Amino acid sequence: MNLREALRIALRGLRANRLRSVLTMLGIIIGVSSVILLVAIGNGVQSSVNEKIQPLANLITIVPSVGNVPGGAAPKDLIDADVAALQDLGLSHHITAVIPATTGKALTETDAFRFRATVVGSTDRWLEVNNQDMAAGSFFDEAQFRSTARVVVLGPSVASYLFGTDPVAALSHTVRINRQTFRVIGVLQSVGEPGDSVAVMPLNTARRYIFGGGDKVNQIIVQATEAAAVPTAEDEVIRTLSERHRIKDSANRDFEVQSLRSRLDTFNQILRILTLFTAAVAAISLFVGAIGVLNIMLVSVTERTREIGIRKAIGATRRAILEQFLIESLVLAGLGGLVGILVGIGLSVLGAAVAPAFGPTFATFAPVVTIPSVVISFGISLAIGLIAGGYPANRAARLRPIEALRFQ
Amino acid sequence: MIQLEDVTKVYRMGKVEVRALYGVDLTIDDGELVAIMGPSGSGKTTLMNILGCLDIPTSGRYLLDGTDVSRLSDNRLAKIRSRKIGFVFQSFNLVPRTSAVRNVELPLVYAGVRARRNAARLALEQVGLGDRQKHMPNELSGGQQQRVAIARALINDPALLLADEPTGNLDTASSGEILTLLGGLNDAGRTVVIITHEEEVALLAKRVVRMRDGRIVSDQVQRNRMEVTA
Repeated sequence: MNLREALRIALRGLRANRLRSVLTMLGIIIGVSSVILLVAIGNGVQSSVNEKIQPLANLITIVPSVGNVPGGAAPKDLIDADVAALQDLGLSHHITAVIPATTGKALTETDAFRFRATVVGSTDRWLEVNNQDMAAGSFFDEAQFRSTARVVVLGPSVASYLFGTDPVAALSHTVRINRQTFRVIGVLQSVGEPGDSVAVMPLNTARRYIFGGGDKVNQIIVQATEAAAVPTAEDEVIRTLSERHRIKDSANRDFEVQSLRSRLDTFNQILRILTLFTAAVAAISLFVGAIGVLNIMLVSVTERTREIGIRKAIGATRRAILEQFLIESLVLAGLGGLVGILVGIGLSVLGAAVAPAFGPTFATFAPVVTIPSVVISFGISLAIGLIAGGYPANRAARLRPIEALRFQ
Repeated sequence: MIQLEDVTKVYRMGKVEVRALYGVDLTIDDGELVAIMGPSGSGKTTLMNILGCLDIPTSGRYLLDGTDVSRLSDNRLAKIRSRKIGFVFQSFNLVPRTSAVRNVELPLVYAGVRARRNAARLALEQVGLGDRQKHMPNELSGGQQQRVAIARALINDPALLLADEPTGNLDTASSGEILTLLGGLNDAGRTVVIITHEEEVALLAKRVVRMRDGRIVSDQVQRNRMEVTA
C-alpha cells in the first residue's frame, strides 16, 4: 500500500468524526499559536527596546562620585582638563568623541509661561553624540560654541509648553533662563521624557550665565566606535582618569563610569529568560493538546476495533494499520500545528496593528515572529502526532483479526 | 486445492487449555462447494479461522494452493489473505462510512494494485449493484450489503471464497438471492466454503462436512442437491 492511499484512508477517518477531529486539533492550535505569539511578543519587546537603545549603546557616561570615600583623599571634580585628557585618548581606535556637559534645573520663561527645564551646557557635538535630531531650526555650531553665544536649543516639551505645539513657532523668540535672555535657534525632536524637557546651550554660555564659572563639568560623555568597543574604551577611560586623579585603588575612585551597553545586555538576558518562561507556560497547553491527541486516538482505535479486524481479514498488514492510525494522528497534530502557526502569526500581525492604539510607548512595538519558533513548534506538533499516535496505532496494528472481528 | 492434515487447535485462556480442534483432516478440491455444519462449540468457527488464514493451527499442516501456511508470521498471513482468500461474514462487515465501490476496492489497496476503480465497478455490476456504487453501507439493505461483501471478497480473484453464516442476518428473500449468487459463483468454477448451521443452506452444497466437538463426524457428497437457479 502506498503512502497516498494511506493518507486518503486516514483523512477519511478524520472526516468521519469532523467535530471530534477539529476539537482535538484545537488543543494543538491553541498551544502552538500561544507559543508563537508569546515568543513573538518577547522578541518584539526586545527589538523595540533595543532599537531605541542601540544607538546609545556605545555611550559611556562619567560622573563624579557622590560623597567622600572614608579615609581617602578629598574627591576631585571632573574638570575641563580631564575632558581634554580623554579627548587626547580619542586618538585611540575605540573612542570617536568625548564631550563634557554641565546640567542643572533652571526656570525657563517667556512673558506668558514658565517651565522648569533641565539646562545642559555642552559642545556642538552633543546632538550627534546623543543621536538626536532637530524638529525645527538648527543646533548651535562650533563658532557659536566658541563665542559663548547666547543661544539655546529647546526640548520639545519645553518648546510646546512655552510656544505651542508647532516647533517652528519657537524659533527666533527669546526665552529667559535664570533671568538671562537667550535666543531659541532650534527645537529637538521628541525622544520621550525626561529627554524632552531640556534646554541645551554651549558649555561656556551655561557656565557664564547660569551655573557660574569654574572649569567643573558634571558629566563627560564618551562615544565608543561601536557597542562592542565599550569595554575597552571603558578601561582606557578609567586608566586615564585614575592616573590624573592619582587613584591607585579602584575602591577610592572619585568618579563613576556607566554604560548603557552593560545594562542592555542585562536587560536582554532577563527578557530572554522571561520569553522562554512564558513560552514554556504556553508549551504546557501544547502538552495538554498532546494528551488530547493521545486520548482521541485511543478512543478511535477502540471504537474501530471491528473495522481494524475487517481490514486485516481482507489483507491489511500490521504496517498498513499502523500507517493508517499514525498518519491520522500526524495529520491531526500537523494540521493543528499548521493552523496554530497561522493563528499565531495572524495574532502577531494584529498585535502590531493595534499596539499604537495603546499610546506612544507602543508606537514602535510589533511582535516579531521568528523562523525558528515556527519551525520548532511545527516540529513539536509532528512529534506530538508521532508520539501520541504511536502507542494507539501500535495497539491497533497488533490486534488479532479474529478477536477484533468478534468485538462489538 | 485445500488440504488440512491432522490439524489441532488449542486455546489458552489463562491456565485453562481449551481444545477446539482434534486432528482434523480435510481436503477440498478446486471448484467444490462445501458446507461445513455443526452446532455452536463444534469447532466450525475455529476451522473457518484456520481455513481463512486468520489463525494458525497449534499442530498439523495446512496446505493452501500447495503452500504450507500453518507456520507463517502475521504479515505473511495477511498477504495470503490478501491474495488467496475472500471473506463473506454473517454481519457483512463492510467498512463503515466508506462507499460500496471503495469497500470493494479495499483488498486491491492492501494488495498494492493501482488500477482498481474499474475492477471494483465491474465486481459490483457482477453482483447486481452497478447502480449503488456511491452508496454508504448504512444506505444499503442487508442483502445489498452482503452482495457488496461478496463483490469485495471476489475482487482479488481468490482461490477460496469463505462464507461464514452468509445468510444468518438476512430475510428469506435476501437469503435466497445470496445463496443463488454463491451457487452461481461455484458454477463458474470458484471454490466456495460455507459455514452454517442452517440445513436449508447446506442443501445447496455439493458436499456437507458435519462437525461435533472439534472433530469431523461426517463428510458426504449430496446427490439430491437442491438446484439453485436464478
